[in-house]
Amino acid sequence: MQAQLKTRPEPRSRSQPGGTRERRQAVSVREVSRTYASRDRAGASVQALDGVSLHAAEHEVLAVVGPSGCGKTTLLELICGLQAPDSGSIECAPAALMPQRDLLMPWLSALDNAALALRIAHVRRADARARARELFAELGLAGWEEARPHELSGGMRQRVAFVRTLLAGKDILCLDEPFGALDAITRADMHAWLSDALAQEPRTVVLVTHDVEEAIVLADRVAIMAPRPGRVLSELDVSLPRPRGRTDPRVVALRERALGALGSPHERLAR
Amino acid sequence: MTRRARNALPAIALALVLVGAWEVYVDSGGVQPLVLPAPHEVATAAWENAGLLAHNLRPTAEEVVLGVALALAAGLALAIAIHMSGPLRRAVYPLAVGSQAVPIAVIAALLIYWWGFGIVPKLAVVTLICFFPVLVTTVDGLASVDEEQLKLLRTMDASRWQTLRFAELPAALPAAISGARIALTVAVIGAYIAESQTATTGPYPGLGHEINADLTALQTPRAYAAAAVLFALAIACFYTLALLERRVAPWAHRPRGEHR
Repeated sequence: MQAQLKTRPEPRSRSQPGGTRERRQAVSVREVSRTYASRDRAGASVQALDGVSLHAAEHEVLAVVGPSGCGKTTLLELICGLQAPDSGSIECAPAALMPQRDLLMPWLSALDNAALALRIAHVRRADARARARELFAELGLAGWEEARPHELSGGMRQRVAFVRTLLAGKDILCLDEPFGALDAITRADMHAWLSDALAQEPRTVVLVTHDVEEAIVLADRVAIMAPRPGRVLSELDVSLPRPRGRTDPRVVALRERALGALGSPHERLAR
Repeated sequence: MTRRARNALPAIALALVLVGAWEVYVDSGGVQPLVLPAPHEVATAAWENAGLLAHNLRPTAEEVVLGVALALAAGLALAIAIHMSGPLRRAVYPLAVGSQAVPIAVIAALLIYWWGFGIVPKLAVVTLICFFPVLVTTVDGLASVDEEQLKLLRTMDASRWQTLRFAELPAALPAAISGARIALTVAVIGAYIAESQTATTGPYPGLGHEINADLTALQTPRAYAAAAVLFALAIACFYTLALLERRVAPWAHRPRGEHR
């Protein structure tokens, strides 16, 4: 697969206070806490995030791994500006979100779904579709342009959602379990394609996943989180050359370290 | 035979059985033909009065189709306005519900007093009776949009109107069409009420008026024939809309067993 993104809009010449590119495309989360009023009978509130600090430099791929309930989705919604933190601060450029559920619109064809963000940015329909079509070919979706979402397999739907995210034209990509519904083979292909694409046109990526191996294959840095309340246990630098094979001994070693940081199975289940 | 034709077979068979039972009952002397004409008499009356019935069908069909169209336009517009404005919702909704509590026959009589014998008061009655189901189903439909989809659109910086256009309206369409389907069936009732409340001038006052006049003149077979035409009109409207729905909102019509 020849990877080319070509999805970013022309750089806008907006001046920003202290506005280096670096500042604008980095993601900076400082001491962020977020608590939800509980809906359960006990009436206890749920603390989704407790004093979480994370940083992704410009064009860095930051993976966030952790078991369910560790506030990963809340973290992404905070970065995308869909929620505000109770305390702490978040600094980052506008971010595009690829949600865990693909959220394709059932009334639009696959191609129109992928082109949705462009349409909302007032790109003409034909132009928006043409740009989505190029990425369809690269992601093995050619021939499915006019299919409705319910006619696509789970893996195809996720790829369409991925194209939609890329075409949102944001500097930062927030990916929430983007390859979760894919079979192992397609997932490996998507990993290779994404690494390749990011090498060609770097972006700042925050990748939420429960798959430690996926995190190490794709990311520059891996933040390991624990649940209830969601907090960062440790961070792992992955300074390995790309492309990375999942059987590469260095990848395997890092995976063991990451799993170790998550605690023993006994500890994890006790939490 | 197409699948649709095969699907229609049981309904046709049941209708034939019912009509057959009716024929046998009347022929066996169970009831006076003046009170309940046999189906063959009704058919003869329909055949002999085909021109009259066709001419009377026209104003009634106009009232139904135009009234439903007006109700759709007004219902959709008001539903969107209510959906987008809380104060408007609180102002309009109670009145819209209240308008349904007033017997439609009363409203028809009052409107005719006001607007005379033309098509206008009849249209108003049909519109009024059809408007409510369209309004309620569309308001519900607009609110049924997936919250997560709205979040996604927010990350794309969609404006209020774009959110409406790309998510809420399409999400509401199947519900709005259901509302239209209810509206069509009650439209025929509305047209009948409006016509029977009206002293209409002219030779072809509409099917509702025709039925009442025939019954008064003891022309029972012709009254039944006119009622059958009214019945056919309602069914034709209903299925036209069902066909339309398949074109306008095909995603709402997946073959069974394909839900993911």
